[in-house]
Amino acid sequence: MDLTQILLLPLSQFFAATTAAYVLCALGIALHFGYTGLLNFGQAAFAAVGGYAFAIADKYLGFGLFGSLLFAIACAVVYAFILGIPTLRLRADYLAIVTIAAAETFRFVMISGQLGSWSGGSEGIDAWGKDFYDLNPIPSAVYNVFGIPLTERQLWADIVGWAVVVVCAVLMVVLTRSPWGRALKGIREDEDAVRSLGKNVFGYKMQSLILGGVFGALGGVVFSLNSQTVQPTVFGTNFTFMSWTLLLLGGAATVLGPIVGGVVFFVIFLFLQNLLMGLQGAGVLPFITSDQAAQIPFVLMGITLMLLVIFRPQGFFGNKKESQING
Amino acid sequence: MAISKGMLLKVNKQETATLLMLAASPDTEVGLSHPHALKTRGWAAAFASIALAFAVLLGGAPQAHAADASCPTHDVAAAFMVEGTLINNDKPVEGAKIVITGEGVTTCGVTDSSGYFIIDTPKGGNYVASIDKSTLPSGVTISDSDNQQKVDLVSTNDQSVLFPLAEGASTSINFGDQLLIFGFQGLDFGLMLALCAIGVSLIFGTTGFSNFAHGETVSLGALLAWFFTAVAHIPVILSAAITVAIVALYGVAQNALIWKPLRKRRLGLNQTMIVSIGFAMAARYILMIVFGSDTKDLGGNSLPVTMGPIHTTNIAVISVIVSSVVLAGIALFLTKTRIGKATRAVSDNAALASATGIDIEKIIRYIWILSASTTGLAGILFGLQYQANWYTGASILLLMFAATTLGGLGTALGTAIGALVIGMVVQVSAMFIPTDLTYASGLVILILTLLIRPQGILGKKQRLG
Repeated sequence: MDLTQILLLPLSQFFAATTAAYVLCALGIALHFGYTGLLNFGQAAFAAVGGYAFAIADKYLGFGLFGSLLFAIACAVVYAFILGIPTLRLRADYLAIVTIAAAETFRFVMISGQLGSWSGGSEGIDAWGKDFYDLNPIPSAVYNVFGIPLTERQLWADIVGWAVVVVCAVLMVVLTRSPWGRALKGIREDEDAVRSLGKNVFGYKMQSLILGGVFGALGGVVFSLNSQTVQPTVFGTNFTFMSWTLLLLGGAATVLGPIVGGVVFFVIFLFLQNLLMGLQGAGVLPFITSDQAAQIPFVLMGITLMLLVIFRPQGFFGNKKESQING
Repeated sequence: MAISKGMLLKVNKQETATLLMLAASPDTEVGLSHPHALKTRGWAAAFASIALAFAVLLGGAPQAHAADASCPTHDVAAAFMVEGTLINNDKPVEGAKIVITGEGVTTCGVTDSSGYFIIDTPKGGNYVASIDKSTLPSGVTISDSDNQQKVDLVSTNDQSVLFPLAEGASTSINFGDQLLIFGFQGLDFGLMLALCAIGVSLIFGTTGFSNFAHGETVSLGALLAWFFTAVAHIPVILSAAITVAIVALYGVAQNALIWKPLRKRRLGLNQTMIVSIGFAMAARYILMIVFGSDTKDLGGNSLPVTMGPIHTTNIAVISVIVSSVVLAGIALFLTKTRIGKATRAVSDNAALASATGIDIEKIIRYIWILSASTTGLAGILFGLQYQANWYTGASILLLMFAATTLGGLGTALGTAIGALVIGMVVQVSAMFIPTDLTYASGLVILILTLLIRPQGILGKKQRLG
């Protein structure tokens, strides 16, 4: 059992681009659920739309780095409209079921291989994002970051990923403190009251769905750029629910919540997984296999999600009064 | 003489493995039923798979294999396998030898009397499957390009293969027969789905929340049935009875330990829904830890049954009968018995029901017993015909929601109708769209329902909010 491995690898999640990607998705859900009261259980689809749109634009359409990014955002906006127009007028749990169904449908279409090389079937699309790594100003070397060796490519992906998180978080702080943000909170608390003030509730909900969806799409881009591949299996329901767990851990109606929640979640998750597998490998846990040891953190994640909602709905940072969201 | 293009139909372990693969020569009618059918590989393949329909030779139903000294027999415990059914012109091709090569190994298998073959490979990887042409009956051929079918055992551990066979004078199944064949599969699947979805619907009706952990109840039923039949070697009927009892107990315990305390705390319905997601995750991975991540072979000893153009198995027929009887029983229970009437009263207006002296918690407890046991039964039927693994229930959860939404949330009868429609659409759509998208067709119906008639077929408008 290698102790340094068990302790160090999880710490790398502190600044990993994948953590940043999940945090971006969770920020989107924070806007949807925490501020507006929309139950979006299909955030994985926004991430998938972002990842696929970016990959296709970059690899097949030759849009370049910024063109591809704009294309990914545009696709997420279009997807939000398609999703929102029929469902935002309905009760919250309908939205929940439709978002998850739409996300799974999107994933099935991507897996099916009917789109040929445009989606790449279950293999996905790989070997793209060259423009992004060409921009890397960091000299080629292996860097030691708090004892964790990182190549200049990983470092670049991590830095850009977290930079996107910072930009989105700042934008969210500004927006949620604006009159627009107060209208969203009003809708969350009492939709009819906001409507009686003459506000266009549907419009606000749609704007929230779009903006949160764009955050999710950016998460998908960061996630996919990190490995330069986009694969349909990644964007299953687990992706969405993991984002939900780290959001609720930090606090749903906060901006800092998803960020701290994300870092804490992934550090603990990986630590547990490494620890259990290490213990199993050392023969301390003779009654389970290493495969089983790797699954235990998922069980704990489910239980954490339950306990959080029941006993601490405000997470680390939230305000309990703000967390009684019920549509 | 048109030869259909072959294709590989993937059976991903995380998705419902609904279709079996076999070969066909759909001939002229490929173009006839749909003008675009020959445009792409996918379309043609979808039609090739039409002829496959006579069978409910779903992954691992038939067990007998023709004895051939040179080919290893299938080991039930094998982790990686390739399977399929060779059919030419309605008739199974018996005794054909299929050779699998790749990853440094060569192995083979022989088709049995129903044309079915299943071949184990020692490990995952990329393989090529081909038919030993000398073992094909005279007059049956396959082109060289079609006889090199790629098998991908990287992303899945159970792969089905489709060989397009050709024959001099072949006829094909007409459209009406195809509709009957797929319709029967749809009926079978829809009835099973109804058994699960009524559980979702009754719980929604009485307690108001959509239970995302309902899929795990199906998985539990399927996996327990596997344990009792395949591991403990208890007869199927007895296994089913024990399984239903355990799953019913699981339902009551779940209600008593989680959902009842949450109702006491007055946790919001949306929050309860998120709790059920957390519970589903925990339960799903516990099932994976306990039963392993591989797909179990329940291997009921099925016998082929022929009804007109429909070639199926006795298990499928029994499943249809059992589901229909149980559904009728639920309908009688809800309309004729005191508890059933009280259940409907609670669904309609809980406060009013409570005021008339109905003990709501007692009704909810009964509903959990009923819903868990029918869902467990559906799990057994599903496992016997399709698959049983930790993800079985999760993979059809959204179809259950589609059925309840289509039928009208909280209405049991509507849910049964919704489930039949969804089951039919998922199976029959295989005639028109690529088979790997049939599942998505059920979800598209869900979305369309919400667009056109959000209250569902039998729902009341006021439930919309």
